[in-house]
Amino acid sequence: MSESRSWDVVVIGAGMVGAACAHYAAAAGLRVAVVDRGSVAGGTTGAGEGNLLVSDKEPGPELDLAQLSLRLWSDLAAELGPDVVEFEAKGGLVVASTEPGLIALRRLMDDQTDCGVKAEEVSAERLRELEPHLAHGFAGGVRYPQDAQVQPALAAAHLLRAGGAVELLPDTEVTGFALAPDGAVRGVRTARAGTLSCGAVVNAAGTWGGAVAALAGSHLPVLPRRGFVLVTEPLPRVVRHKVYAADYVADVASGSAGLQSSGVVEGTAAGPVLIGASRERVGFDRTLSVPVLRRLAAQAVALFPVLAQVRTLRAYRGFRPYLPDHLPAIGPDPVVPGLFHACGHEGAGIGLAPATGMLLARLLCGQQPGELDLSPFDPGRFATSGSGDANSGDTNGSDTNSSDMTADHTTGEGL
Amino acid sequence: MSRDPFDLVRARPEPGFTFDFDGAPVPALPGQTVAAALWASGRMSWRSTRVGGRPRGAFCGMGVCFDCLVVLDGRPNTRACLAPATPGAQATTQQGDGHDALR
Repeated sequence: MSESRSWDVVVIGAGMVGAACAHYAAAAGLRVAVVDRGSVAGGTTGAGEGNLLVSDKEPGPELDLAQLSLRLWSDLAAELGPDVVEFEAKGGLVVASTEPGLIALRRLMDDQTDCGVKAEEVSAERLRELEPHLAHGFAGGVRYPQDAQVQPALAAAHLLRAGGAVELLPDTEVTGFALAPDGAVRGVRTARAGTLSCGAVVNAAGTWGGAVAALAGSHLPVLPRRGFVLVTEPLPRVVRHKVYAADYVADVASGSAGLQSSGVVEGTAAGPVLIGASRERVGFDRTLSVPVLRRLAAQAVALFPVLAQVRTLRAYRGFRPYLPDHLPAIGPDPVVPGLFHACGHEGAGIGLAPATGMLLARLLCGQQPGELDLSPFDPGRFATSGSGDANSGDTNGSDTNSSDMTADHTTGEGL
Repeated sequence: MSRDPFDLVRARPEPGFTFDFDGAPVPALPGQTVAAALWASGRMSWRSTRVGGRPRGAFCGMGVCFDCLVVLDGRPNTRACLAPATPGAQATTQQGDGHDALR
């Protein structure tokens, strides 16, 4: 099965971002294959809540990307079938427990609405009209009607299948890159399907994107930021919006390695209530942490006391792919021609995927990205002198030292 | 030619008891699960699904499929195939998610 096959683009990673990159590249007429060492949505995509949020983003490049992406999401949801991917524009409700917290929240809201985000302040009295089971005593809140949710694994799978234009190779681990004498990407070597020849590679490997960059002789400092989600038994709609404490925005932006958690609670179309959100930098440690789960449960009950009566069915954890400045890497690699990055979206990858995919597809076609300036997301922004890279002259596809490296071994683990 | 499973394994169970299912007494033996006792009494269904309202009972019988959910002593979403029957327990048919009180 080592017949030589070639594509215009090989996307590494069958998560939501990889699916979106493949979708828009195929729609632009490119022949696209998606490879993943595991299954569709087997990484961070399958371990999150599927949030499409503008509420948690301060004005800046990420909010711009999120707003464009949200518009694209409503088209994609309509195309795939809103029920099929459990698309729900439920809206976000951010609540502040204290008056100073409310003032800070109001300031954020004003900045966001200046950028075109829809938001309305909700008085303490009206909070319980919007959320009848919400605890008493909040100072007030802000409702963000644009915040939405999809079931991320379904969304990635249906997007990959849509139109039948994308070839999917699951269980196909990339073990190295085939480079031309000038250092440009000519293909990827895989453990199962031989060498896949292509004109360009998109690194959509999420939290493992740094390892993929390293395979190509480049450098991208993607690190894992662990988060747990608690899942309750199916319930009637006791939580109508995505509801979270105002502290969450500060947690998202924090650079601390220590545990942060703030209550984030939302009902789902299928019935279970999802409870987040914790953030820890502990490498790829998958150990279930009871203290973290206990804290999440307590914070959820503080928002919705009724949840004290219901049971959780399970918990899961995932690793958000984060870059030091909390912005994704979208664009060409600084040292390897033909390698493009679309990873490092931290906890916002589902929401940011369509815009990432659409803009990256334009770059793959040699076009300008158009409506958005991609320079804040330039993967080259992390290039340091001397790191890029000593052995980039590894040529002509002969298996040298890169073939024994696998995407399992991440460069940044445990930092 | 008895094919009674108790004979086959030479079981000598402790004295039986009853628990309550939707107002009717159901005989059970120590160690039997609620699902086993309901099945032995001829009941095949004790839940209706959330969306279609269709009947459900024991399917996998080993705690994996969550089809056999029942309200046991006021607690919905209890897996009948794992919960031991106890004397005087109150089991009721679960409608949908079993959390009508939260609606």
